[in-house]
Amino acid sequence: MAVEDKSSKWLSFIFLSIMALFWILPLLWVLSTSLKPESQAISWPIRWIPETITFQNYMDVFVRQDVPILRWFWNSFFIATVHTALMLLFNSMSAYAFARLKFRGRDILFWSLMGTMMIPPVMNLVPLYGLISTLGWVNNYAAMIFPGLASVFGIFLLRQFFIGIPHELEEAARIDGASTFFIYWKIILPLAKPSLVVLALFTFMANWNDYLWPLIVTTSADMRTLPVGLAIMQGQFNIQFAKLMAATLFSALPVIILFIFAQRFIVKGIALSGIKG
Amino acid sequence: MKLQKNGGIPLQRPVKPGKTDWKEKYAPLLFISPHLFFFIIFLAYPTIYGIYISFHSWNFFTDAAFVGLQNYANILWNTDSLFFDYFWSAFRATLIFVILSVPFLVIIPLFLAIGINARPFGHNFFRALFYAPSLLSVVTVVLIWIWLLDTNAGLINYYLAYTGLDAIPWLTRAPWVWISLVLMTIWWTIGTNMILFLAGLSEIPDHLYEAAKIDGANKIQQFFHVTLPGLKAPMAFVVIMTTLASFNVMAQPQLATGGGPGYETRVLILYIYEVGFTGGNPRAGLAAAMSVILGMILLSISLIQFKLMTKEK
Repeated sequence: MAVEDKSSKWLSFIFLSIMALFWILPLLWVLSTSLKPESQAISWPIRWIPETITFQNYMDVFVRQDVPILRWFWNSFFIATVHTALMLLFNSMSAYAFARLKFRGRDILFWSLMGTMMIPPVMNLVPLYGLISTLGWVNNYAAMIFPGLASVFGIFLLRQFFIGIPHELEEAARIDGASTFFIYWKIILPLAKPSLVVLALFTFMANWNDYLWPLIVTTSADMRTLPVGLAIMQGQFNIQFAKLMAATLFSALPVIILFIFAQRFIVKGIALSGIKG
Repeated sequence: MKLQKNGGIPLQRPVKPGKTDWKEKYAPLLFISPHLFFFIIFLAYPTIYGIYISFHSWNFFTDAAFVGLQNYANILWNTDSLFFDYFWSAFRATLIFVILSVPFLVIIPLFLAIGINARPFGHNFFRALFYAPSLLSVVTVVLIWIWLLDTNAGLINYYLAYTGLDAIPWLTRAPWVWISLVLMTIWWTIGTNMILFLAGLSEIPDHLYEAAKIDGANKIQQFFHVTLPGLKAPMAFVVIMTTLASFNVMAQPQLATGGGPGYETRVLILYIYEVGFTGGNPRAGLAAAMSVILGMILLSISLIQFKLMTKEK
């Protein structure tokens, strides 16, 4: 680092600390509010540390019939998990073919697919809904699992990685008479684990956090996903901010845990996406 | 010759007729077909179908009736149409959001990245902290900020009262609504751009800074003559991606301001959603036409990016 000198370190530290306050304080305030009895959530003067700490809000949120938050949690979890698993399987198969097998029109097909990344998703909103409703998939997990599998970004990411794997292993296996599928499954995939983890994380988080599409394709309360459910909660709990903040924190829990364990992969994944094209 | 066709991969074992051969020959097709199946049904077909719908009057349920350019006329140039006013007001709202948000969404993460790149005490913590909100869903973020910005009970107005200011109607009056929407978007999304800048900064060679120092350049000169030119590639990428993302804003105004006051913050995708998916009689054709127009704008921005990136190489 050229910027090893003490003064810029100190300056950076002070600047980052001030900025950090704007990121930390909202989170602390949400935590504090969620632990207060509803009657103390709004108080004057403001209390950062609750007078009485209670988990009642969390309990209340779980037992309410009109906001089945655990059911929403399960919906989100199931949809994101199945979607991610299928995405990894299909994208890695496709990426393997584009990286390692030779067939007529391969490169034209690959770059045409990549070109479709430029198609803005908003253009597909109306026709896709028309299709889903024709298929009878409104209020069905299928509507939130399958359409996203059309995405081509994962193929791009994995192909880059597959191309870099040395050919020797594959050739040795071929001499031993291994089939193409065997090579893909037993040689390429195990070697590609880091890139698969990156793709899995991003696919899971994007699906878990998706809002507009699940909002459109679900209408019944028990088929909502967590983000859509939370948005409905905003109406149900109107000004009951303590309960609302408890629900908000609960919904954020999985991604926070994921982040703590997988920060390294996430940072690497973003840096990778930046050098695409 | 046959071997060549089979992938140019030297087939060392004797070619035996039979099942295995058939499998190997069609292997590429088998490998790409699962994804291609979903791609055709859920991406290629809808894209074309959407353009088709935009020339029709349709409510998703009855038969679509061909209306020619009527949908486009009603939103783009037919000044008598109600949708004309609404569409252009939504267009205005989207542009305002893009113009207000993009500069902050680029500059703030740039400075955060430069700060973190100096490796001060706790730089890993800072990086994680600023990135963390990007993992939350937009709903979570908006709910947090609705509470902070609440006119009567919110934390922000509480502290502003100390400075003698009256309670500010953050979520119900212009121009405050715009500040609120931009603020929560900054808080939510700067992490990704910050990491892209960090990756870019780590690729600027140290000797450039050394040389600048020897030439007597101060910190500010170094920033303008070494850091910024060195970040050209990630900068182009960040600006384009951020612009695209800001054009796609929808949930923040929907949940925080309800598109209000009036139609002040009813952005394009929010309006498309209202026209196409809410109410008793959804106007799919009209919503599709608006999507196509917005889509063309976004596509042109993407093409500019594509041009820039290919020129880079």
